[in-house]
Amino acid sequence: MKENLFKKLDWLLLPLIGVAAMVLLWQISCATWAKDLPTPLKTWQTSKPYIVEPFAKRGEMDQGILRFTWYSLTLVAKGYALALIIGTPIGFLLGLSKAFTKTFDPIIQVLRPVSPLAWLPLGLVLFMSAGKNASELGALFTIAICSMWPTVLNTAVGVRAIPQDYLNVAKVLKLSRTKTLFKVLIPAALPCMFTGFRLSLGIAWLVIVAAEMLTGRPGVGGFLWQEYNSLIYEQIILCIITIGLVGFILDRLMSLLERRFKTA
Amino acid sequence: MAYLELKNLGKNFGGSAVLQDINLSVEKGEFVAIVGFSGAGKTTLLSLLAGLLRADSGTLILNDLEITQPGPDRGIVFQNYSLLPWLSVHENILLAVDAVNPNWSANKKKEHVAKYIAMVNLTPARDQRPGQLSGGMRQRVSVARALAMDPQILLLDEPLSALDALTRATLQDELSRIWSENKKTVVMITNDPDEGIYLADRIIPLTAGPGATLGPSFQIEIPRPRDRKSINHDPHFKQLRREVVEFMLSSKEERHTAITRKLILPDIEPEDLNLPRRLTGWRTRPIRKHEMKEESVEVNT
Repeated sequence: MKENLFKKLDWLLLPLIGVAAMVLLWQISCATWAKDLPTPLKTWQTSKPYIVEPFAKRGEMDQGILRFTWYSLTLVAKGYALALIIGTPIGFLLGLSKAFTKTFDPIIQVLRPVSPLAWLPLGLVLFMSAGKNASELGALFTIAICSMWPTVLNTAVGVRAIPQDYLNVAKVLKLSRTKTLFKVLIPAALPCMFTGFRLSLGIAWLVIVAAEMLTGRPGVGGFLWQEYNSLIYEQIILCIITIGLVGFILDRLMSLLERRFKTA
Repeated sequence: MAYLELKNLGKNFGGSAVLQDINLSVEKGEFVAIVGFSGAGKTTLLSLLAGLLRADSGTLILNDLEITQPGPDRGIVFQNYSLLPWLSVHENILLAVDAVNPNWSANKKKEHVAKYIAMVNLTPARDQRPGQLSGGMRQRVSVARALAMDPQILLLDEPLSALDALTRATLQDELSRIWSENKKTVVMITNDPDEGIYLADRIIPLTAGPGATLGPSFQIEIPRPRDRKSINHDPHFKQLRREVVEFMLSSKEERHTAITRKLILPDIEPEDLNLPRRLTGWRTRPIRKHEMKEESVEVNT
């Protein structure tokens, strides 16, 4: 009976044991080699006001953690939408046209590994004339250009992998170009496209921290950087945990959506 | 001039002829079966008729017009059904009806689709997706889709070869019934002489490839409706079947020559698994690509 109960609860118990081990390791590190690292208890005490009042606004850079998260999420949503709007058509062109692939694939392969930290200054330069909005536009540019590659490449793969049978159906029925696109190509490539969308969202969220750090915009990343500069190390850990949790939740939501479309 | 006329048709792939000197005329309302071995070029021939492939020589004429590209005037039932898996039975057929008759009212299209779904006895499965249907049901959807386009000619590419024997027989009966109801011109490709003789007015064997061509045409004088049980004892059926099969086999024997192919073979040697694995000396790790060698091997085709 006891063993059974343990088996039933192991989905909860085992992860808790993992978390406990991690906290223990953290505590030991504080006590031994990382003297500047705040202890778990101290982190909790300092972070408490940000967690207990998650939507409080006490000042530009002193707000509840969920309020900061919300700022970051809205910026990510805009950049991510931009990435999908630009990336999906490029992916389709790559998948459909060999000439287009030959022309632009080398450029894509070279731009793809460039770090967001390298794109951001360029983004700021590009939108310098925008004045007050320069930092937002620069951040959007960085998020979009960094996160669109998985969408581009997966869409291209999905389009190339469409079975000849489906294309034959479109040919035999003499479907118009738009009809072929919406009735055959997009539905057939959708599962692959969604894999790309999910990976893109992960990257977009990764980029937000870097973008906020460098532009000093309010948000989880901006908060993290400010607290580091003010020597409040406890908040750094709070931010890291928040960023991780939000990223995890986003990925789960996307994979739920992905599964819905896979069965379609 | 016949309704469908193929003259000196030839098709090459990579320099070698797959089909050559194909001559065929089919009258309006006729059901012609072309029977051949797998790999002989049957599907290539059908793709030419469909317009999905262009012939390297010769002409194809359907109803006084040359076939140069695919089009909805030829209803095709593909070997692997080719239904769109994200559309329901109804939507799959509607897509075809919509492509052929874009000006019909939504209601008329819907009724038309329903009529053809009923014709293949799939009304209860109307809203199901192909993934939820059995192979036989999918093929019926495919037949309904082809017929709903009201094509000038129906092209069947081994429509029943992926099905089990029982389903196959049922669908043969259904095809026979549907054909007698609307008397479409049909060209059916099959690998089963019995199926061809049971369904068609005329059966034509395709010789073994490469460079396959059509053999003599055998008129099937068995009155319709044909009965599956008694047809097996019909002397004409038996004789036809013998002649067709004999022609096909003899054409295969002529082609039975050995060719030499270069194959890459792994350099494998026996190993005593009881001995402890030696770390030095002979073969201690899996075969790598650079260790493979090319050999010439005689292959019978």
